Amino acid sequence: MPPYTRVPFLQTGSLVVGNRLLAPEQRTVQADPARANAITCGHRACQGCGEALGARYALDAAMRATGGDVIAANATGCLEVFSTPYPESSWQLPWVHSLFANAPAVATGIAAALRAKGNDHTRVIGQGGDGGTVDIGFACLSGMFERGDDVLYICYDNEAYMNTGVQRSASTPPAARTATTQAVGPDPGAPFGQGKFVPLIALAHEIPYVATATIADLHDLEAKVEHAMSIRGARYIHVYVTCPLGFGVDSGDSIRIARLATETGYFPVFEGAYGDITGVTKIRRKLPIETYLKPQRRYAHLFRPRRRDEVIARLQARADRNIARFGLLETGPQGNGAGVTGADANGDALGRVDQLIEAGEIL
Amino acid sequence: MSTGELPFAITLDVGSSRANRTGSWRTEQPQYVRHQAPCGRDCPAGEDVQAWLALAEEGDYEAAWRLIVEENPMPAVMGRVCYHPCETACNRVQLDEAVGINSVERFLGDEALRCGWQLPPPAPASGKRVLVVGAGPCGLSAAYHLARLGHAVTLRDAGPRVGGMMRFGIPRYRLPREILDAEIQRILDLGVALELDTHVPDALAAMRDGGFDACLLAVGAQLAKRAYIPAGSAAKVLDALAVLHEMDRGEPPRLGRRVVVYGGGNTAMDAARTAKRLGAEEAIIVYRRNREKMPAHESELEEALQEGILVKWLTTIKRADQGRLMVERMELDASGYPQPTGELEELEADSVVLALGQDTDLSLLEGTPGIEVQDGVVTVGEDMMTGAPGIFAGGDMVPADRTVTVAVGHGKLAARHIDAWLAGRVYEPPPAAAAATFETLNTWYYTDAPQTVRPSLDAVRRSSTFDEVVLGLDAASALFEARRCMSCGNCFACDNCFGVCPDNAVIKLEPPGSYQYEVDLDYCKGCGMCARECPCGAIEMVSETI
Repeated sequence: MPPYTRVPFLQTGSLVVGNRLLAPEQRTVQADPARANAITCGHRACQGCGEALGARYALDAAMRATGGDVIAANATGCLEVFSTPYPESSWQLPWVHSLFANAPAVATGIAAALRAKGNDHTRVIGQGGDGGTVDIGFACLSGMFERGDDVLYICYDNEAYMNTGVQRSASTPPAARTATTQAVGPDPGAPFGQGKFVPLIALAHEIPYVATATIADLHDLEAKVEHAMSIRGARYIHVYVTCPLGFGVDSGDSIRIARLATETGYFPVFEGAYGDITGVTKIRRKLPIETYLKPQRRYAHLFRPRRRDEVIARLQARADRNIARFGLLETGPQGNGAGVTGADANGDALGRVDQLIEAGEIL
Repeated sequence: MSTGELPFAITLDVGSSRANRTGSWRTEQPQYVRHQAPCGRDCPAGEDVQAWLALAEEGDYEAAWRLIVEENPMPAVMGRVCYHPCETACNRVQLDEAVGINSVERFLGDEALRCGWQLPPPAPASGKRVLVVGAGPCGLSAAYHLARLGHAVTLRDAGPRVGGMMRFGIPRYRLPREILDAEIQRILDLGVALELDTHVPDALAAMRDGGFDACLLAVGAQLAKRAYIPAGSAAKVLDALAVLHEMDRGEPPRLGRRVVVYGGGNTAMDAARTAKRLGAEEAIIVYRRNREKMPAHESELEEALQEGILVKWLTTIKRADQGRLMVERMELDASGYPQPTGELEELEADSVVLALGQDTDLSLLEGTPGIEVQDGVVTVGEDMMTGAPGIFAGGDMVPADRTVTVAVGHGKLAARHIDAWLAGRVYEPPPAAAAATFETLNTWYYTDAPQTVRPSLDAVRRSSTFDEVVLGLDAASALFEARRCMSCGNCFACDNCFGVCPDNAVIKLEPPGSYQYEVDLDYCKGCGMCARECPCGAIEMVSETI
């Protein structure tokens, strides 16, 4: 398991990117002025793009873990379009884009070529958005998993085809408005009962490592990438990234929305190996799902012109199911000891946090 | 790249996206700011609390202490007697509990005494002479700041020892005398000339006769207020200040087994707790209004109650006789004033201690033209100067809250104005920064950490001794407590802005410039993430001018 434990106290502990009170090795890769900046300045991602941020977080961590010895294969999507308008490139590592559907297969091919050349040090990452991963490239991804190819595949999930104008993907959550699931009719937004959660499908392939992460917990994300780079075989990390445009949130709120996604139980953060869940990142301050829905215009129809309590309740039930299924709540002062736990939360603090929740305090 | 010179359909070399200056998209830009944390804003002594806590957080206790003594020469005393309005104002109250600023200050003050850290040496002599009348907290603070500014200071006091109300008003169990003596000595060591047992009957004459260029009056409020209580000839009625004064002289007064203290201020608490320590079986505070209206500080009342002091609320004393009192129950009227009800009751009491407030002896200003007195205190301007040129006043003798910390603040302010006045200038205090409110913080990032409670002497034990009641924090707890500070409005180098920028447009400056970070305006798109994720509200989004 990744050797990541939240540092207690020290003002902000390890909740922030750096923290002058921590030893340099306890700070994140992002705190290092010499970080790789895998996607450099001048890219054309929207203001506050969660995907640009998530990809830099993940790749910078992979670059540090491998001494910069990484090749990336990229699916079509926002990440590809905004980073490489011909002839400019933002990428600070060898990077290739082929098609929408074949990024996992291209990555497999690179790994095979390296093996054929006797290169056992250069590592391969495949990456894409949710469209290229859970829909269009899914067959190639599943093949990469079942063959056990030596690739880390990272999906940056912003829950719709944002690049082409916010169309629904299999990762779009129920009730969310997209261009193809308009907020009209008796059941506005994306339907309930459709879509898939690829991290669990990846886990079902019984590959050596599967993890989820968000842009709101950098230490957790980096620890997972670092761990993934320390092992061989097919590995999968699924990163929740906010899309200010598609979600309809302020560009400054990208990280806040990702934080709300985890604190409400909407998005479970966990890791697993060979088919089993091995660690869960606990919710620090549990919040009702409404605090996550309300700031997003893609859910505006749940509150205006009339409040749709029945839909909100169904979404709350989904979050509650995640919480129960993955064990997202702290069970005691020491947590359950699985993976990353909130070691800084002593009994008293927990009691107070409960009161805060009851009092309706939000982040 | 000028494409006109290139043949059609050629493959171009890879360029860097850095050619694309995305800064042009921006409508707002982040700006690093420094806002004033509420602790410092509400400190009567004007300490920059957030700044010295930041140094303490890093474990640099000496630097933290040095920053405190820029404003206040007595941190160890402050850490014991200050009513810490900083903690009342602390933004962390809205998260869990206030940072225990007072206990950290005490730790730093004690650490300084333990390690023998000395106050900074005075500036070169200015050739000016200043007379300070009254060696209490205001006078000592002024003497310290004036001496540091290079002026020759004479500190004159009518009493036999230096310290004023800190010595003769505050009991030992709140302020041990060795602490007080050590912090005072450090000030005197700067070269302040001390003249004790020297009454100043006329301020103007003293200035003229001594050849002083300016004078600060800080004589305090030493005259106990009296209330008319018909008393039998054998009744024992004393005044609280006299009791506390005698305690310090080592001549404890005989108060008897049942002691009634009349009044509801901090002096009443001190007197009752002292009586209990002198062996009284019962110490009862009689106060004419209710708890909400009581002027005593909540912590002092709480400690008194824990020690078994009883309080009779809404009660006045009608008559005192030997061994007993007649008291009357009161009722608050619509405007909150107590009105007699005619219900009488008898109370056993061997002595009555009056603690009804104090007045200032202003006789030393009688011959001075231009002095204005209102409600028994001297009117001063913003510059702490009285109506008489060159004569300044501060502490309990001017209109303000009567606390040690306020007096220390007055002393500092008066010293800075005197310094400017002596040079023919006007002292302009630096403009205050905008307030760092709780709403500007992103408190998610602060770890959960409740306040470290200072260990208190067991109530049973402390009510029979004069040992210090509230004990200090050890080094580990003090460090922990300092690190609960949220650095409101002031960057503490957490690297969040540097990390969360999707455009790598925040530059980390090593070494830091005027701030730790800088925005690369060539690439900043103005998304606002850095400002939103800054824990302490030290980044503001400002509209671009078009």
